[in-house]
Amino acid sequence: MTELLAALHKEALLQWRSRAQLLAVFVFGATALLLFSFAVGPHTELLRENAAGFLWLGLLLSSTLTLAEGFQSEMQERALEGLLLLPASPQSLYYGKALSNWVQLSLLGSALVPLMVVLYDAPLPRPFALLGVVALGSAGLSAPGTLYAAMTYQARSRQTLLPLLFFPLVVPVLIASVKATSLLLLGDPMDQVRPWTLLLLSFDAIHWSLCGLLFGRVVED
Amino acid sequence: MYHLRPMVPGPENACAVEASGLCRRYGPRWALAEVSFRISGGSSVMIAGRNGSGKSTLLRLLATAIRPDRGTARILGWNVETDREEVRRRSALLSHHSYLYEEFTALENLQVPARFLGRDASRGALLPLLEEVALADRADDAVSTFSAGMRKRLALARTLLQGGEVVLLDEPYGELDPPGFRLVDRLFGVFKKRGATVLMATHLLERGSALCDDGLVLEQGRLAWFGSARDLPRSGGLDPATLPEGIA
Repeated sequence: MTELLAALHKEALLQWRSRAQLLAVFVFGATALLLFSFAVGPHTELLRENAAGFLWLGLLLSSTLTLAEGFQSEMQERALEGLLLLPASPQSLYYGKALSNWVQLSLLGSALVPLMVVLYDAPLPRPFALLGVVALGSAGLSAPGTLYAAMTYQARSRQTLLPLLFFPLVVPVLIASVKATSLLLLGDPMDQVRPWTLLLLSFDAIHWSLCGLLFGRVVED
Repeated sequence: MYHLRPMVPGPENACAVEASGLCRRYGPRWALAEVSFRISGGSSVMIAGRNGSGKSTLLRLLATAIRPDRGTARILGWNVETDREEVRRRSALLSHHSYLYEEFTALENLQVPARFLGRDASRGALLPLLEEVALADRADDAVSTFSAGMRKRLALARTLLQGGEVVLLDEPYGELDPPGFRLVDRLFGVFKKRGATVLMATHLLERGSALCDDGLVLEQGRLAWFGSARDLPRSGGLDPATLPEGIA
């Protein structure tokens, strides 16, 4: 627990020092949402129907930027290796980083929601439930994303490699998140939000437990 | 001010550092080949050899930063492959890489490991360490504004904080100015006073042999010479032709 707290403290400090980057990522996500609306054109109904999909695509594309950058400070002077040699457990370092990425993605997703409402004229009948789905979906992205960002960071073509590995793995999370969000925005006459949310929770549990176990193998020689 | 963890005996009556047939390969090239030696507790050993002779690889293997491809090494009786956590608890590595966070201040860069080690991470507890390396007046400046020498000083403070029973110093004089050289000499004394076993890779043969009890010369990844530091070949592995007969 001491190590996890130490890892969280370090991550909070790193996030604070690189807070300007979060703004840049938000602008990227916002631009993506804007471009989706241009691509569809002035079809209000179509935009509204696809609003959930566009929101999660925007968040997914933005996540690759934040996830990859998250390891820059760790690898620059091999600070991560220095912590492992203290010794700090790879699990505490992983969960510190993944939790930090989760908070970052949740904030980013929450900030994109009002933009989605404005751009796509989407209704927002249950805002708090939607924020809950954003948090759950972000958890499903940040856990494997942290692992793959660590895996690909030292690769020469990491900008290409990270999405190539990361996107296929999070397709189930993406589908569940889009379905749950869509039902919350457009109405849920069959009460299907609960099963989709439970499915999302299951994927989160699998990703968070498995990736935590695998992180040591990724960062250790 | 500095605390050494209580000495916990290893799994057997062990010497401080023991390597047996240690090999490490990078791609097709063997960086270390069949390196074997024993170092008793509390002694200090200088590791010499030309660039690329395997000094850093040896220290990184002993610190468990990398794994050997063949052979074994033990630190205080603990195997570097199978008992990594035990080895890490008992050793400290000053690496070529500073292990520092560029965005953090000097003080924060000491607070991070202090928290992981469960030590007092307050300003009051860590400022003396910065004073020791003459960086107290830059405690609140970001490392990204530091020169290479200042980073090395901070990395030395981090190694002091870690306080291992086996201290592995990889080119500690690198990037330092003359007062920095004297600082390393002084810190070397601090480690020795604590009872730590010190292995130091350096190209400064005169300085190293004055400080260390024993010397070890690596040549193309192989152990070329091991003996008293006073008898260390002046070439220090820079010219195998001048090494004593039969050891090159």
